[in-house]
Amino acid sequence: MTIFTRAAPLAALLAAPLVTGPALAEMPKGISHFTLDNGLEAVVIEDHRAPVVVQMVWYKVGSADEQPGKSGIAHYLEHLMFKGTDKVAAGELSKTVTANGGMDNAFTSYDFTAYFQRIASDRLPLVMEMESDRMANLKIGEDDWQAERQVVLEERSQRTDSDPGAQFAEERSAVQFYNHPYGRPVIGWRAEMEGLTRDDANAWYDAHYAPNNAVLIIAGDVTPERAKELAQEYYGPVKPKAGAERGPRPQEPEQRSPRRMERSDPRVAEPVLIRTILVPERNPGDQKTAAALTVLAELLGGSAQTSVLARELMLTGKALFVDAGYDGLSVDPTTFTIALMPAPGLSNAEAEAALDAALEKFRQDGPDPAQLERVKTQVRAAEVYKKDSAHGRAYDYGQGLSIGLGIEDVNDWPEILAAVTPEDIRAAAELVLDSKADVTGWLLPAAAPAATPAVTPAGDAPAASTDPANPGESQ
Amino acid sequence: MIRALATFVFVALASLPARAIEIQQITSPGGIKAWLVEDHSIPFTALTLMFKGGASLDAPDKRGAINLMTALLEEGSGEMNSVQFAEAAEALATSASFNVSDDALVVSARALTENRDQAADLLRQALTQPRFDADAIERVRAQVQSSIRSEATDPESIATKALAAQAWGDHPYATSINGTAESVAALTRDDLIEAQKRILARDRVVVAAAGDIDAEALGLLIDKVLGGLPEAGSVPLPEPAKLGLTGGVTVIDWDSPQTVVTFAQPGLPMSDPDYFAAVVADHILGGGGFSSRLMDEIREKRGLTYGVGTGLANALYGETWQGGMASANEKVAEAVDLIRQEWARFAEGGVTDKELTDARTYLTGEYPLRFDGNSKIASILAGMQLVGLPADYVNTRNAKVEAVTAKDVQRVAQRLLHADQIRFVLVGRPQGISGDAAAAPSN
Repeated sequence: MTIFTRAAPLAALLAAPLVTGPALAEMPKGISHFTLDNGLEAVVIEDHRAPVVVQMVWYKVGSADEQPGKSGIAHYLEHLMFKGTDKVAAGELSKTVTANGGMDNAFTSYDFTAYFQRIASDRLPLVMEMESDRMANLKIGEDDWQAERQVVLEERSQRTDSDPGAQFAEERSAVQFYNHPYGRPVIGWRAEMEGLTRDDANAWYDAHYAPNNAVLIIAGDVTPERAKELAQEYYGPVKPKAGAERGPRPQEPEQRSPRRMERSDPRVAEPVLIRTILVPERNPGDQKTAAALTVLAELLGGSAQTSVLARELMLTGKALFVDAGYDGLSVDPTTFTIALMPAPGLSNAEAEAALDAALEKFRQDGPDPAQLERVKTQVRAAEVYKKDSAHGRAYDYGQGLSIGLGIEDVNDWPEILAAVTPEDIRAAAELVLDSKADVTGWLLPAAAPAATPAVTPAGDAPAASTDPANPGESQ
Repeated sequence: MIRALATFVFVALASLPARAIEIQQITSPGGIKAWLVEDHSIPFTALTLMFKGGASLDAPDKRGAINLMTALLEEGSGEMNSVQFAEAAEALATSASFNVSDDALVVSARALTENRDQAADLLRQALTQPRFDADAIERVRAQVQSSIRSEATDPESIATKALAAQAWGDHPYATSINGTAESVAALTRDDLIEAQKRILARDRVVVAAAGDIDAEALGLLIDKVLGGLPEAGSVPLPEPAKLGLTGGVTVIDWDSPQTVVTFAQPGLPMSDPDYFAAVVADHILGGGGFSSRLMDEIREKRGLTYGVGTGLANALYGETWQGGMASANEKVAEAVDLIRQEWARFAEGGVTDKELTDARTYLTGEYPLRFDGNSKIASILAGMQLVGLPADYVNTRNAKVEAVTAKDVQRVAQRLLHADQIRFVLVGRPQGISGDAAAAPSN
């Protein structure tokens, strides 16, 4: 049972001095950390190679904090955050960022809602002024909230209802979680989205948007001193709110029954098996199990040539694709995922039996020491390569802190990964493979595939800038 | 935008941060040219190679050969089978991705300084000694066939393919680089070797590197990686494509609550004197995200879509001005009508001073932000060489944007933006709008 993200009580936050964190000496090079009097926690990631800076504000609230019947309100409010304040007209924030050569966006997930701008470093004060302004002064106009509700409904149509894989994922989550709100889609159930109002949005904003429930990340061409000075100037005056921090959520009871689901749809071209298993997440001071699960996922499915499932299933002609995935950045227990697309000629039952046999063999044999060593080599190299993207590192810290980890937990993560032993991996494999808390889903083509024109794309599509590390629903 | 923020809006008009990117143009001892941006702050090097011609160099009856060949470059070479090759790369923590598009086969590699030479040996082996083992061919062929089947049930792919087929006639741009189920099934090992000869040659390649390497070391490295390639490709580069697009609407029936829309009309080449005026016009019309007219009219004011956008699609051998969106079946007719209206309004009315100023400020301000990492810099520098831009373009490009006037924008809009020349392809069950007979999708 893991409610671990309760922020410190407000009184303690108010008493906290405005100083850089005590662990400064242990900070990785270029990383600094401080907390303002009003409780706003901040991380600065220095990278002066280009005159670019990224500002992100992560609120520690997401769709899993919603009340039943109001699904989608966290994401809908994210959209409405662009509808202006007393100082800034609806839509003007994005337009101002763009007119200054920058880009901005926002995204919502189960555990957090985040806003960011990427802009020339001399424009940092501009975006900090606007972002801090909407932390306290949002004004949603009469004309704006209904049109925006249509926009999020169109977003649902585009992302979910037009995609049988996304629809299936939504239903699998609903089955995976008996009681925890991770069983509800981030974007919301359509019927409930249609009923969301401006009053709902304002109530959500008033309850959760406050500096003591947020994390500020400044990454790029800025010094820690300048970043702190600007943070104090713009965010310092924003008043904290008592009770803004995340409250306890409904938790999962013990799950004793493996579940199976099947769905056919004419829009599906190839059968796919997706199995999810309920497993622990990363917790403050306690990330060892999550590290072992992370390495386990890499060993099982991280490479199309050398991973366990690739060798056993792809190279032997039993599967076209295999995958294993785990992301421990979650407030509450999350899922480990194993997926497979059978090779033509193999029945789905045969493919699933082959998968189960491969997993059982791994459980018996344990990890190959040479493969484990190669994975760790890559973990260490990732520490070098990731310095190439300040924006990417901003996600690591923003997501980590917004799910309740401390900065030292984020800093220590690579070392914890590197310390994972074969015994840890065996234990993690038991956790995954011995579990009854799993859902096995088959997404299947319908009998009669639709006819389509057999012709194709030309020249490059217009360059769309997408954020590589953008989780959840975006604006 | 009012009061308190006015000072910052003014700042936007002031000079932009000009931290010059210093591009070294080098020639290796073996005579291969490359561009380099040195930065020794992180101990790794990013290297991008682009082989010009891409999948458009496929022989007409071997569509999909270059794509399949490209996917097999990492599936075994020299003395190593696919597993051994991947293990060797993992042990060095180096990576190389091999991708092909209509215009180029792109290799994006990175290696730690501590074992850069060993990583270069692996890359050389992949490019010069691919094995094309029978089991690897069959495995990857099955994956490509699966992608072809998946694209056939994906409404966006269906729309893009139908538009390309109408646009590009006999040119390879008209068909998928993946090939068809039939063409891919028929490919032999000899076809893959022929595909390799068509594209993996020294006269096809442009080279860019960024990171912890100096000019001398880079020269030796690229000779090692590329020196063993043949001097010249076995066939000429692709011919320019002739755009055969007609205005109108194509509807492809697809059972979905939403209609996917893709649309295009003639564009202009980068060599056109009005190219930058068109870049500015596109930003204001539909390329500028939330600040564009189409986004404002169709999403912000009416909630008809989650997103709509346009862009100048400049490929090496042909160009269009294109865009896309998705909208509910019962609303898509209104959204398409608004696109046509905005097209006409732009051609007739031009742009306001504020729109022009904002667009120029965005386009010039955003440009230097792209160069914030070794991998990004290597990729941009290779792309510039592929399309034939000079190295000093990074320092002259913004002046070209700044020089665009409202008259320039109006001139290019009047010349190019014709609502009746837009071909819309709609995939869904749209209401209140139907396709014209001229453009039934070919099969």
